[in-house]
Amino acid sequence: MNLPALPLLQQLVVLLAALVLFLSFVLLAQSRLVSAIHAFAWQGALVAAVTAVVALSGEVHHLYFSAGLTLILKALVIPAMLHRQVRGLELERHTEALQRPTLAIMAAVGLVIFSSWLVLPLVAEELAFTRNILAISLAVVLIGFLMMVVRQQAVAQVLGFMSIENGLFLAAVSATGGMPLIVELGVAFDVLVAMVLFGVFFFHIRESIDSLDVDRLNRLSETPEIAGEERP
Amino acid sequence: MADILTPSAWLLALLQALLFPALAPLLVGWVRKVKARLQNRRGASVFQPYRELRKLLFKEARVAHTASPLFRAAPSVVFVATWLAAATVPLLTIDLPTAVVADIIVLVGLLALARVFLALAGMDVGTAFGGMGASREMMISALAEPAMLMAVFTLAMTAHSTNLGSVIAHHLGDAFVLRPSYLFAFAGLTLVALAETGRIPVDNPTTHLELTMVHEAMVLEYSGRHLALMELAAQIKLLLYGVLVANIFFPWGIATDPTPVSLAIGFGAILLKLALLGAALAVAETVLAKMRLFRVPAFLNLALLLSLLGLLSHVILEVGA
Repeated sequence: MNLPALPLLQQLVVLLAALVLFLSFVLLAQSRLVSAIHAFAWQGALVAAVTAVVALSGEVHHLYFSAGLTLILKALVIPAMLHRQVRGLELERHTEALQRPTLAIMAAVGLVIFSSWLVLPLVAEELAFTRNILAISLAVVLIGFLMMVVRQQAVAQVLGFMSIENGLFLAAVSATGGMPLIVELGVAFDVLVAMVLFGVFFFHIRESIDSLDVDRLNRLSETPEIAGEERP
Repeated sequence: MADILTPSAWLLALLQALLFPALAPLLVGWVRKVKARLQNRRGASVFQPYRELRKLLFKEARVAHTASPLFRAAPSVVFVATWLAAATVPLLTIDLPTAVVADIIVLVGLLALARVFLALAGMDVGTAFGGMGASREMMISALAEPAMLMAVFTLAMTAHSTNLGSVIAHHLGDAFVLRPSYLFAFAGLTLVALAETGRIPVDNPTTHLELTMVHEAMVLEYSGRHLALMELAAQIKLLLYGVLVANIFFPWGIATDPTPVSLAIGFGAILLKLALLGAALAVAETVLAKMRLFRVPAFLNLALLLSLLGLLSHVILEVGA
């Protein structure tokens, strides 16, 4: 793709998509839960901005609606819910250091390269100006998976799951100009319901193992002294 | 390329090279002044760094008994290497013969040479603080250099050249283009510049506490004209990074032809850009706290990540298949 040949609005879409990818990295490496939730909110806002700018440049009117929906749901409602739950679980000052942050980041860089290699045949088809964003959205999805693998904290894993959804949404907007409105509404409510269920699960996990560190689920409850030793 | 190797172009290059040491203390004075105003102090005049340098130049230089000849030679080597590096950076005009002779990679190499001698001089006398400062400086620069080179490669891939003049000319020749890679490279290079010039999140230039010093710890044993050269080299380095960031990412106003009018416009533009950058630096230093030394690797990893993302987004988003 020849970037200088594109109109300014489409360049803006590309720029915003690159920032979405950057926020995925921030999300992966951020050790403070509250800051991670803020990063997730910003990612949602950026995805909404991408949608709005695609709508503006392609004159696709129903995309304005989904941009508004994304903004309200992903940048405001879900982060607010997560915030409340974190406060309810008294985790505001909780920090969780990754075991090997540099390794996780390099793995994520590898995933970006892998996904850009994966979409090369699609890019050659020259579907639309946004086709290169497919690689970015695939990378966001894969980094979300990586985050669910490397993070031990249940709330952080949920953030990874939600950022997968952001990546899928970005892919839908950039590849096809958005899904039909009815599908989008369904997905939005699914996400909301998932969020409520996650909240219930947080409290259940917390009640049964007294922590949200899901690595402890691997251990037998009869050996509390080992668990107490490793993670006071 | 033949037309820029004329005597007048070399004269212009010489003028630019002389402007660097002449302007460098002014930038430092300006940053200090803005910082003082932000802290509700009146602050010293912006010309105070000139007076300090003059005072140091006329003072007697004392050298420790245990010092080797390297200790005496190091200030000159550091100063000359930094100055030569500065001479390759387009300040007023992009038609610069020194930029043709030496590209960005040579610039990074010259700065590395200066740093090696600075660290050697820090260790030479054998005091504890000098060695500590040298080891810290080496740790920081070992992490900062890959990030800087990665950012440089991002720019070089866009312009298809590692020559600073052509990188800037390429950016000027484009119409207004929003490049994600430039945004990432800008952020990465800014973080590297903060670390390399010893500004606040990494090192505190005005600290009097030896345990937290990095750059100051290495020059602790110097006095008189040696110290003046070291100080001036550090000031030139700050100006160099400022000009690099200002002219690569915001090249508007720089002279593309060597006529007096456009040179004057270029001079005014770079002064304005540096004043803004210096004010931004002062604001950042006022609102940020200095990091613990063991947090610095995370800071520089962020710089490396930003530069790497710049490279990747150039390949994925801007070139494509």
